[in-house]
Amino acid sequence: MGELTANPIEFISQFTGWWTLFSLLLTLCVTPIRYLFSLPVVFPLRRTFGLITFVYATIHFLTWLVLDQFFDWTEIALDLSKRPFIYIGFVAFAGLFILALTSTNRAKVVLGSLRWRRLHKSIYLIAILGVTHFFILVKRDVWEPLMFAAVLFVLLGYRLFLQLSNGRR
Amino acid sequence: MKNSFKSNIPSSEITSRTLFESRRRWMQGGVASLAAMAISPASAKPRDERNFPVKFESKKSEFSTGEELTTYSDVTRYNNFYEFGTGKEDPFEQAHRLKTDGWTIQIIGEVHRPQRLDIDQLLRLAPLQERIYRLRCVEAWSMVIPWIGFPLSKLLDAVRPTGNARYVEFISLHDPEQMPGQRGASLDWPYKEGLRLDEAMNPLTLLTLGLYGEVLPNQNGAPVRIVVPWKYGFKSAKSIVTIKLTEKKPATSWNLANPREYGFYSNVNPHVSHPRWSQRKERRIGEFLKRDTEMFNGYSKWVAGLYRDLDLSKHY
Repeated sequence: MGELTANPIEFISQFTGWWTLFSLLLTLCVTPIRYLFSLPVVFPLRRTFGLITFVYATIHFLTWLVLDQFFDWTEIALDLSKRPFIYIGFVAFAGLFILALTSTNRAKVVLGSLRWRRLHKSIYLIAILGVTHFFILVKRDVWEPLMFAAVLFVLLGYRLFLQLSNGRR
Repeated sequence: MKNSFKSNIPSSEITSRTLFESRRRWMQGGVASLAAMAISPASAKPRDERNFPVKFESKKSEFSTGEELTTYSDVTRYNNFYEFGTGKEDPFEQAHRLKTDGWTIQIIGEVHRPQRLDIDQLLRLAPLQERIYRLRCVEAWSMVIPWIGFPLSKLLDAVRPTGNARYVEFISLHDPEQMPGQRGASLDWPYKEGLRLDEAMNPLTLLTLGLYGEVLPNQNGAPVRIVVPWKYGFKSAKSIVTIKLTEKKPATSWNLANPREYGFYSNVNPHVSHPRWSQRKERRIGEFLKRDTEMFNGYSKWVAGLYRDLDLSKHY
């Protein structure tokens, strides 16, 4: 317990939350790296990182549900209805859950490539929700959430730039 | 009450060598009284792996809870003290920079006898007592801590508030050299807190100089802090340099930072939820399951009367 500070549940929650966001941003790095450095070999990493993100998010979610609230459904319902950072986090997790479910090759075939791509573009929204979730929950120490937000801004900005320049062509 | 801050066991039997030696240095510096020893700067350095070197004989206070104490290690390693950083362990790691020797505290404002006191003079004001209090943080965790101090009212009586005095403002040290967290703008420095005069005069409000039978470690607000056990932890100002009695309600740091989330009163109240933390339950540090939070942190008997005319959902 000593290793995990005096409040191990808070520690696990923060640790898994941090790595969820980190691996999510890593997932979003794959496409720019692939194009900027002409490295198609990195492409499969997108799914790998995406699933790692989901694993961290799941542990993070279960930490809240089990370790933090211990199935106190009244408290869970109050948390979900009243606390913006909780419901934002919950929606983001639900989104990740759907993306993980549809991450298989088979799902891609069933959904059809176009629909699959549209669905998986929701990762941008999930990333924004995830960083927002972090941003709201800290008390005054916004430095880390700001870093995540800055990286996300660049990654999304890159895609917007591509979209706009393609549109002009 | 007799001064209860005395050991009946020869200290040589139980004092660790390092502490003994630092005491030697302290005494060689010309300070000899036991009270002064208790505020030796040796304890200013964070020390974790040790047993408590000195157990002071202390009279039990009627205000003390019999609940199991939070470990010394957790009480001194898990702190919100933004002057040393926003991480829970930052205070433990950074607080050794604080110099507590030669510390004075000034009492000014609406008082007949404004004065500046050093720690020795402060210690002479009233006998020290041990008060085992619950501490409830606004972040929904809690501890049980054996503080050493005396009621703040003893100090306020000594300075004789004027008829205009209605509030008491506490101002903590502002020195980014010693308090690296103040280099950032996590809060508006110096840290300011305040109480209504009747809250400050309540016998539970403790002017605190020690912890676990020995001097207050820096990360816990050395050398002198306030402990207000029925309010969320941040109301208990640490490392105080100024106490000012005022007619108007003082501005307080957390209230300035986010008035929607941190009210002036900040009484522990399970029925008024914080935007980010339900306050119905709390996790006692060291325990797995959460427990229910009690109204006024379980101190209703002594403080509920203070708020008879207040709507606590508005005056949170």
